[in-house]
Amino acid sequence: MKKNGFSVIGKPLPRIDGPAKCAGDTRYADDMVLPRMLFSRLLRSPHPHALVHGVSARRALELPGVHAVITGADVPTKFGIMPSTQDEEALAVDKVRYVGDPVAAVAAVSEDVAQEALGLIDVDYQVLDPILSIEGALAAEDHRIHTWNRRANIQKAVSFEFGDVDAGFAEADEVFEGTYFFQGNTHLPMEQYCALATYTPDGKLTLWSSTQTPHYVHRALSRVLDLPMGHIRVVATPVGGGFGGKSDPFSHEIAVAKLAMITGRPVKITLNREESFYVHRGRHPVKMWMRTGVKRDGTLTGMWFRSFLDGGGYSSYGLATVYYTGALQTVTYELPAYKFEGVRVFTNKPPCGPKRGHGTPQPRFAMEVQLDEIAEKLGLDPVEMRLKQVVAPDSVTVNGLRVSTIGLRECIEKVAVRSGWKDKHRALPDGHGIGFAASSYISGAGLPIYWNDMPHSGVQLRADRGGGVTVFCGSTDIGQGSDSILAFAVAEELGLRPEDVRVVTADTDLTPVDLGSYSSRVTVMTGNAAIQACGNLKERLFEVASEVLEVPADDLEMEEGQVRSRSLPDRGLAFAECVERAETRFGTLGATGSYRPPRHPGDYKGAGVGPTPSYSYSAAVVELQCDGDTGEIRIDKVWIAHDCGRAFNPLWVQGQVEGSVYMALGEVLMEEQIFRKSGVHKIPSILEYKSPTTLETPPIETILVETDDPEGPFGAKEAGQGPLLPVIPAVSNAVFDAVGVRIHEIPITPDKILRALDQRLKDPAVPDFAFPTPIRWTPGQGVEVPQKS
Amino acid sequence: MLRLPDFTYIRPRTLAEAAGVLQELGTEAMAVAGGTDVYPKMKRGQFTPRYLVSLSHVEEHRGIRREDGRGLWIGAGETLTAVAGHANVRREFPALAAAAGLVSTLQLRNAGTIGGNLFVDTRCNYYDQSFFWRQAVGFCLKKDGDICLVAPKSRVCLAICSSDTAPVLSSLNAEAVLVGARGSRQVPLETLYRDDGIDYLAKRPDELLQGVWLPEASFGWRNVYLKLRRRGSFDFPVLGVAAALRVGATGTCEAARIVLTAVASAPKVVEDAPRVLCGKPVDGAAIEEAAELAMRVSHPLDNADMDYWYRKRMTRVFVTRALRQLADAGAATAGPDAALV
Repeated sequence: MKKNGFSVIGKPLPRIDGPAKCAGDTRYADDMVLPRMLFSRLLRSPHPHALVHGVSARRALELPGVHAVITGADVPTKFGIMPSTQDEEALAVDKVRYVGDPVAAVAAVSEDVAQEALGLIDVDYQVLDPILSIEGALAAEDHRIHTWNRRANIQKAVSFEFGDVDAGFAEADEVFEGTYFFQGNTHLPMEQYCALATYTPDGKLTLWSSTQTPHYVHRALSRVLDLPMGHIRVVATPVGGGFGGKSDPFSHEIAVAKLAMITGRPVKITLNREESFYVHRGRHPVKMWMRTGVKRDGTLTGMWFRSFLDGGGYSSYGLATVYYTGALQTVTYELPAYKFEGVRVFTNKPPCGPKRGHGTPQPRFAMEVQLDEIAEKLGLDPVEMRLKQVVAPDSVTVNGLRVSTIGLRECIEKVAVRSGWKDKHRALPDGHGIGFAASSYISGAGLPIYWNDMPHSGVQLRADRGGGVTVFCGSTDIGQGSDSILAFAVAEELGLRPEDVRVVTADTDLTPVDLGSYSSRVTVMTGNAAIQACGNLKERLFEVASEVLEVPADDLEMEEGQVRSRSLPDRGLAFAECVERAETRFGTLGATGSYRPPRHPGDYKGAGVGPTPSYSYSAAVVELQCDGDTGEIRIDKVWIAHDCGRAFNPLWVQGQVEGSVYMALGEVLMEEQIFRKSGVHKIPSILEYKSPTTLETPPIETILVETDDPEGPFGAKEAGQGPLLPVIPAVSNAVFDAVGVRIHEIPITPDKILRALDQRLKDPAVPDFAFPTPIRWTPGQGVEVPQKS
Repeated sequence: MLRLPDFTYIRPRTLAEAAGVLQELGTEAMAVAGGTDVYPKMKRGQFTPRYLVSLSHVEEHRGIRREDGRGLWIGAGETLTAVAGHANVRREFPALAAAAGLVSTLQLRNAGTIGGNLFVDTRCNYYDQSFFWRQAVGFCLKKDGDICLVAPKSRVCLAICSSDTAPVLSSLNAEAVLVGARGSRQVPLETLYRDDGIDYLAKRPDELLQGVWLPEASFGWRNVYLKLRRRGSFDFPVLGVAAALRVGATGTCEAARIVLTAVASAPKVVEDAPRVLCGKPVDGAAIEEAAELAMRVSHPLDNADMDYWYRKRMTRVFVTRALRQLADAGAATAGPDAALV
């Protein structure tokens, strides 16, 4: 840190993309127009499960204005985000697995002609019985959705035992059990999917796409189109909301690329709102069973958690999701023994994937509701019960995760005080209630999606002789503000104003690889890479300045557009002049930096999900009213405290926290990705898929807790996903406080409240399933690795 | 986004001219006022007109005015925002102001008209879907198919009346003025609705709504509208309760009307409500009995948001609350602008 503290970090300054967004000048993918551009539409399966015996485009190709039609035979190579589960086809080769699964793609002179052409493509389907539930998938042993997987319709089953779980339960005074269900929901970003491809006569392909992960799209295109990565350029356009839904390589991206190669003309596709419900990759529906052992004072002695994930038609990120449903239970409260079993099945529905909180909101809901029930039964204050057993800083959890800084205690204490918890809990009038819950999330996945030892994020810096600085990074701004993070990190390090830093991101031709905007990784990873790049640049600038100013290099700092002496502040050199002199001395000035997360102690198979540079922590209190006659819930207020390490910019962090609270309230109160018995999405429209608006959003009081994490850039952790997690169980717990019923299902709708009040609401049923023999592991078997990388 | 199909846009200057065009072009033509329902439905292939007859250049269906001896005239072409905000409506018929103000969102209320809301197409979760969706599920009676997907044994379409203003105006005995190719007529608004999700309006296709009269006799009635929906910000009703009472100086209920929306293909008049409410004070027992009767005639189906048993059960709760508000309104010293909702 500089002598005078930070110059831009920690200050509520506006984002660099703000003016363009406010002025309507931001150019999203669908705003792009190229000369001779064609338009594409995808033909989608109307059947949830069917063999495709043939696709004939003859009639469509006769329609004037149609330039090309491609089918599965044109792009048969399988792909998928996870290297071990490549089970997707851009266009169905011989089978469709959900209503909306793409079968053919058209390129035509207009969207209208392309749409008309879809009606002229003949598909020979052999309709198969659809599998539409977790139970149905497990039972259908002779009826497979995929053939590559070992057990019918089971994508992945995992089982772990950490510590001595039997001993943990034996030691308990009380053992509690419960079942829970978290319904699936979708991301609903304002911007729909859009991609535009060109293929130039030199054999080079360019794809612009609204994607969170241009690097993974780059890899998938190379694989499916059989082009060298060096001949493909992927540019992520400004993303109008992603929330995890734009993290996979998609059919529409591959289709326009292939159509551009065939036609030699640019081809654009923009999916409509209904299609975005079919592309999905949203929150998995998860059934859960949980057993917890406690001492009479509430001390946890052991926990056993089971999850059953309804994955939909393809794997997507599911392999990671199933692990995530069991990974982070251990990082909030001391847990001496823990058993986790999880299974993800295929069903004939749009594939589920990562949505804000990726696989962790569901178990967090179950866990925090069960802890609330335990506190109730033991006569303990749920806040006090948790405070007694907060995980210690710099410790290793029973499943081998290393917790560095932890602001959970402060989060809990602050949110309790600010909400008036002590005076309100079990003391509000009938129909009014208050609920509490806490949670944790990762600041970036510890491992990349494909196995390699390269950096997760790379930054290049170019210093211009006029004093300008450009930062190049593969990261993708999806509205969370990652471009601004880069500008501010560089401005802070080089003593410049953020508006003087140019940011070039998310372009595989121009920028070094960053893995993408997922797993809340970008601030920590690009921030660290940028700081390292600045450090490398500063070395040369300081070498020159030290000679000019006649002070030692280690006495120099960069502030207010100058390189100056800390001890003799009147000795300074303007940044631009310093750059000129350095360029004279060294030639063109550039510097690079990169970041790779530290290793965690866990060394068992499956230990790759859960590790992270740092865990963020959140605690929430929700106050609400519940109408006993109608079952309607009105949220009066949400208080939320979030340990973000350091508020890189308090305004942006608050924005992320409020956005998370808003999204959580949608999930807990109304959002449902649900299907008819025929396998068709019940309500694929923004009118009938009920999601709250700003008018339904209650007052939110955000409390930022800073722990200055040693691994974070300037001490920062994540803020974009974690704050969603505690709000959902806090609402359920507040409903109990208000009307005395426990709702173990998300969403908590008015009819469920009434059924619960009538004692007609049953706890969710979980299937019988023989999980594999658990992998056993205890801490101490792993190797401790120093945290700071 | 979904593309709007091509169509020919016709702009008549009078309702008679518009009615003539509609008669001449027959089933290939549709009238459009605010367009907030017509255009989305054209994009989804639910409406497939070749000609749209726009009413936005017509003047004679505009205006909201009080005429002594006749009542309050509300032109069908007035926007929902105009109706909801009109001082006379707010003072005398707060239920109508509330109902108009609860339709959809502000942006759509600025475009959508009261006439459009009164005659709005019936809705159903099997029908209000894209062409692709309806093809995947199988087409239904109301459009392109031959069975009702809500109740396969039903011979009639069960799409539901989704107007907020129709139950209110029916409860207040409003009269509708229609202009057709063969002249104009005035009928009780209530008689224009049929309990058939397809053929839901008892009028000739060329007849256009010029406006409605709230008759002199409806002034002085206490009136209220309560709406059930998922979100307070927008959403069609999944239940609406319009209640209107004429209460004498002694507190005796002299006349009563309760009309429900979103529980059938037409606004549902609770026929027995006057029997249990009139001739006595509006007290707890009478309210309970009326609410029970309303629930019995409320038949929501599984074709809208929220469970049908829940919507049926809410009929009793909402009618109870509506009547309680009206009963309490007599006790309170309500100012001239006090809206009940």
